[in-house]
Amino acid sequence: MKPIQIAVASGKGGTGKTTIATSLALSLAEKYHVAYLDCDVEAPNGHLFLHPEFNTSTEAVIRIPRIDKNRCTLCGKCVEVCQFHALAKVGKTIMVFPQLCHGCGSCTWNCPEHAIEEIPNPIGVLESGKARQDFHYAHGTLTISEPMATPIIRQLKRLEIPPQTAISILDAPPGASCSVVETLRGSDFALLVTEPTPFGLHDLGQMQGIVEEMRIPAGVIINRENGDYLPLLEYCTKHHLPVMLRVPFERRIAEGVARGQTLVEIYPEYRQCFLDLFDSIAVLANQ
Amino acid sequence: MKQLVILSGKGGTGKTSICAAFAHLASIEGSQGGIVLADADVDAANLRLVLSPVEAETTEFWGGSLAEIDPDVCIGCGECVPVCRYYAVLDDPQRLNKKWIDPVACDGCAACVYACPTSAIRMVVQQEGFWFRSDTAYGTLFHAELFPGRENSGKLVTLVKQNARLWAEEHQVPLVIIDGPPGIVCPVISACAGADLGLIIAEPSLAGIHDLKRIQATMQHFRVPQVIAINKADIYPDGVQQIREFADKNNIQVLGEVPFDPLIPHSMLLGLPVTEKFPDSDSSRAIRHLWQTVATLIEPL
Repeated sequence: MKPIQIAVASGKGGTGKTTIATSLALSLAEKYHVAYLDCDVEAPNGHLFLHPEFNTSTEAVIRIPRIDKNRCTLCGKCVEVCQFHALAKVGKTIMVFPQLCHGCGSCTWNCPEHAIEEIPNPIGVLESGKARQDFHYAHGTLTISEPMATPIIRQLKRLEIPPQTAISILDAPPGASCSVVETLRGSDFALLVTEPTPFGLHDLGQMQGIVEEMRIPAGVIINRENGDYLPLLEYCTKHHLPVMLRVPFERRIAEGVARGQTLVEIYPEYRQCFLDLFDSIAVLANQ
Repeated sequence: MKQLVILSGKGGTGKTSICAAFAHLASIEGSQGGIVLADADVDAANLRLVLSPVEAETTEFWGGSLAEIDPDVCIGCGECVPVCRYYAVLDDPQRLNKKWIDPVACDGCAACVYACPTSAIRMVVQQEGFWFRSDTAYGTLFHAELFPGRENSGKLVTLVKQNARLWAEEHQVPLVIIDGPPGIVCPVISACAGADLGLIIAEPSLAGIHDLKRIQATMQHFRVPQVIAINKADIYPDGVQQIREFADKNNIQVLGEVPFDPLIPHSMLLGLPVTEKFPDSDSSRAIRHLWQTVATLIEPL
């Protein structure tokens, strides 16, 4: 079997991405080699449900410029090429603003005096290890007050995963901007978790826009369903988004998840649903 | 003029539902001079779905630039490949021996522009969305739509807030209520910058408490005064206890608890704030009490 990467995303926050991603991982891990990547580096929650033991920890960094004052002639080329205003010429020095720096390296390459070297500026921590159920688990935790999530997601996705991994499951952050795109990049399938409300539907539309532009096949999971919400079902039909699983609105599930239980712990019968779901994903991802 | 920002860290804790209810309550009780609303969750702008706004002004939002290769000038030398740290330079899928930049991957750093020996690459400024001024039954709403997958949401949040603030000042409206985005990065930082009070909508779940600690630390870092309200409070009593202990330890007031109530999503389905549609529900009573407390806190600030 060719390794497959599945991203679980939603647009709206709190629709149940982590609930779905963790139970999918637990169900599939009985049959396949699974790797779980929690890409919600702003608010990583997967570990609260899967209780991984981490054995590796590395710093996520942005390489920011350091200017050798002996070589710098204050020509200002670095300030000119920086698109993010992370460098400024102030009096007789070039100032660096680390939180604006994207670490692109453009200033380094364009300095005519070779006066710039790059130093690592830590922005968070990457940890990997094994979930309690013996599958690979990794996540990133962004340092408080850091403004950018994409660099750490990018680095998390480049961490080594066990070579025998057949299925990678990526839990995406909420929203519909750059950090979600970074998570989805390279995915073979996007599972879009939504709730049957106008909020859920609107934000599903944002996600549909992204997966369409990125040409990633996708399917929908309706969470907290309480009767048919026709506008959502019509939307899915119109945009050829298969509805792959429906989880009812139940207080018992909400209470269990609040305590840190996964869906398959609350209702073990969902295991088979997730195994079947994966079979459908495998077919759709290869079309 | 005061600014109240509503945040949560975790998504889906009820920021927007409570914000909409506050808008409704402010229009019927207290807050002389009304309110201005700003939806700072530009990725998933939902406030308008419960406020039935009528658009009064629409403005294009032009954000950053992305690199584009002119295929007629590109000689396919590949000098641009190693300078791109975003793996955005690929072989042109349509033309042999030409390079192409994947706009989804491009970060807009322009390193390739400077590396190209034939000047085949230029930066093209991108429209990344719209922002709007709209009229609602409860006050003027500033909101936006970021096109799916775009960057610069922080910039757009700043723009929405700035216009809300200016409007409030110009029309002598004493309070701006800002519905914030989830998470802790740039759009959140933009949403809470300059706020007089930050209301954290906390959810008593393990995930909710974990993320509450992260948004609290973020707001503390940016020196935003904080208070907490607990939503879906009866779903996990131990969690409520943990939130209260955390709040005590950090000297943060817990203003109230709103029960888990299916009438909240139900009123959303009907496109109305819960306090307007179901004024006598337990959740509406709790939100009304919460609003009165917030209003008294904001007033003397």
